[in-house]
Amino acid sequence: MSEVPAQTAHWNRQDFPAAAREMLENSQTRKNVQHATNVIQAKRNKVTAEMPDWEDLREAGAQVRAHALRHLDYYLTQFEANCTRAGGHVHWASDAVEANRIILGLVQQHQAKEVIKIKTMTSEEIGLNAHLEANGVRPVETDLAELIIQLGKDRPSHFVVPALHMNRQQVRAMFQREMNLPDLGDRPEDLATAARTYLREKFLRVKVAISGGNFLIADSGGICITESEGNGRMCLTLPDVLISIVGIEKVIPSFRDLEVFLQTLPRSATGERMNPYNSTWCGVHPGDGPKEFHVVLLDNGRSPILADKEARQTLQCIRCAACLNACPVYHQTGGHAYESVYAGPIGAILTPQLHSMGEGRSLPYASSLCGACYQVCPVKINIPEVLIHLRGKVVREDQATFAGKFSLWNIGMQAAAFLFKDASRLAMAERIGQIGQKPLVSKNGFIEWLPLMLNGWTQTRDLKAMPAQSFRDWWAKEKAPQANSSQRNEMGHDG
Amino acid sequence: MRVSLFITCYNDALFPETGKAVVSVLERLGHEIEFRPEQTCCGQMHWNTGYLREAVPIIRHFVQVYRDAEMVVIPSSSCVSMMRDHYIKAAEMEGDARLVTEIESLLPRIYEFSEFLVRKLGVEDVGAAYPHKVTYHASCHSMRSLHLGDIPIRLLKQVRGLDLQPIQNMQECCGFGGTFSIKNADVSSAMLADKVRNVLNTGAEVCTAVDNSCLMHLYGSLHRQRTFVRTAHLAEILASGHAGAKVEEVRA
Ligand code: SF4
Repeated sequence: MSEVPAQTAHWNRQDFPAAAREMLENSQTRKNVQHATNVIQAKRNKVTAEMPDWEDLREAGAQVRAHALRHLDYYLTQFEANCTRAGGHVHWASDAVEANRIILGLVQQHQAKEVIKIKTMTSEEIGLNAHLEANGVRPVETDLAELIIQLGKDRPSHFVVPALHMNRQQVRAMFQREMNLPDLGDRPEDLATAARTYLREKFLRVKVAISGGNFLIADSGGICITESEGNGRMCLTLPDVLISIVGIEKVIPSFRDLEVFLQTLPRSATGERMNPYNSTWCGVHPGDGPKEFHVVLLDNGRSPILADKEARQTLQCIRCAACLNACPVYHQTGGHAYESVYAGPIGAILTPQLHSMGEGRSLPYASSLCGACYQVCPVKINIPEVLIHLRGKVVREDQATFAGKFSLWNIGMQAAAFLFKDASRLAMAERIGQIGQKPLVSKNGFIEWLPLMLNGWTQTRDLKAMPAQSFRDWWAKEKAPQANSSQRNEMGHDG
Repeated sequence: MRVSLFITCYNDALFPETGKAVVSVLERLGHEIEFRPEQTCCGQMHWNTGYLREAVPIIRHFVQVYRDAEMVVIPSSSCVSMMRDHYIKAAEMEGDARLVTEIESLLPRIYEFSEFLVRKLGVEDVGAAYPHKVTYHASCHSMRSLHLGDIPIRLLKQVRGLDLQPIQNMQECCGFGGTFSIKNADVSSAMLADKVRNVLNTGAEVCTAVDNSCLMHLYGSLHRQRTFVRTAHLAEILASGHAGAKVEEVRA
């Protein structure tokens, strides 16, 4: 059996600025991403605005998730007991290697050479498909977008709409090639029909299915999945064996809590009032659904996040991707720039944490901290706050190394901190700046080129030169004498 | 009312005219303005870049300078949001309970400039005149942290001769984000390009905002592209060509 690395949520090719730069060169992708996010955003705004209690629902969602995380051990144990009682088998996987080993083992027990899959980001996170393929098992994605990604040997760029970076013509060309359909039309129906024909055969024949889960329900031991296409329900009902891999953070206390999330999740994710298919399943039932049911509960770096009080809210996420659609950085780059299964603002905080800040260290900086993500998040994760907390970790860790300590950034920030502690130092620095900038200032009074790391600014932007007189100098000259005398007058009146 | 000004570090060094404009508007409304030369910076750049520890002495310095102020007015929503959203956290991180208490007592006395005019003084018409086509860029912190809503727009609507042009995608960030514009210069430039296109589409001659940080960013590109569009802080517009008599009526 060939092993995969312990954690694979991060592709780790290059850091965000470099990957983003590459993505910015691709105008077709950028156009597709902008168009798709604009459409989803507009729908989302419309269906949330019509809810008079939207803010209350967000608050309720946040409370339920935060509560479940505070008592995670309790609810997971409860889930395990109830799931087992209903005839399910619960497996605990501490990392990707263990999860892959468990799943492959189950598949091999049933001599399956093929498995059908419902879209699951958790399986992307652990690199399950690659692991199965390396061991002679062919995974077949049944979600249309995931199928597109799989056939096109691409990577998802969005975790609700994984192929959002591709347009219809691109999908058609890929289907023509991969499904050997040279005459395929380019209407949405043509593409859907091609995929349906391709998939139907799999649904009816393949005996093992692998799914993720949107929610683990502690009080019933059930799992809930929401989806739009119905392919998930086929996978949940037709095969003999169902294996669900779910992150441990996905637990909610009770079936009743679904009431909140089945309202907020679809509205946030795709701008629909309700998902067309909401399935909950619980153990096994004679004559109905799979004969064998397994749940793999995945930690893979989640426990340390839980232990970090400042960052714990990261785990409240219900993966609606509203933060991606709202994010101006994501709008420009699409998901691939994040080099991670989890893109966008949530990816920027989740990915580096899943890797104990060892990988994806540039991601907490992949944000202008504009706050659009926090505004839309249906479980109120304050992503900007967590980004800053993680930046703090990056800086502290960097400062502990020789290179980090003597980096231009660190020296510059230390120098600025020194100046800001004392106004006379700052005033002095301003004076030095006014003189020192002179060689850089063009005739028009602007700086059009800056050296070193500041050069990023002047690549596309001019900078107005510092005026000869700062506000504090102006005040000292023009206002202070007058202010002092009026102060004296006033005191005279009062006294 | 005795109003203490906090002139942010970049306003002090790069945009002194904004501070002067704030002084002029508030004096016109009959307030006594004081500037405390010991002031420096709010600590935002350090905090947001992850230099959390280094931000604390700057925060402490701010609190020391303004602890006894009756009212602090700041012509920058991002600096005010730094104070409201992060100061207590920073003090808690340091385990400094006294600093926490001091911040709690100081925060209710801190106002962003336009917020001070409308929410605290109840003034929308400051008697300004500015006969230009203007568009308003709602900065992220003004919208999402301070929830200023249409406050700046209400102020602009009272300015004589001002022709206010609505902008598309007002909600979207201009891409400045402090050190983001340097650390992720390419993405920041791409965001800026979209924003600038929207500004140009309004046909305005001037783009205004309550934050010079965004305006510095926008102007950086507007100037590089050699457009004729200029930027001006809201305070500068409100300080322009006032119609004297009106001021007396609206004095708070
Ligand atoms: S962080 Fe919030 S908005 Fe983003 S995917 Fe998770 S739940 Fe949705």
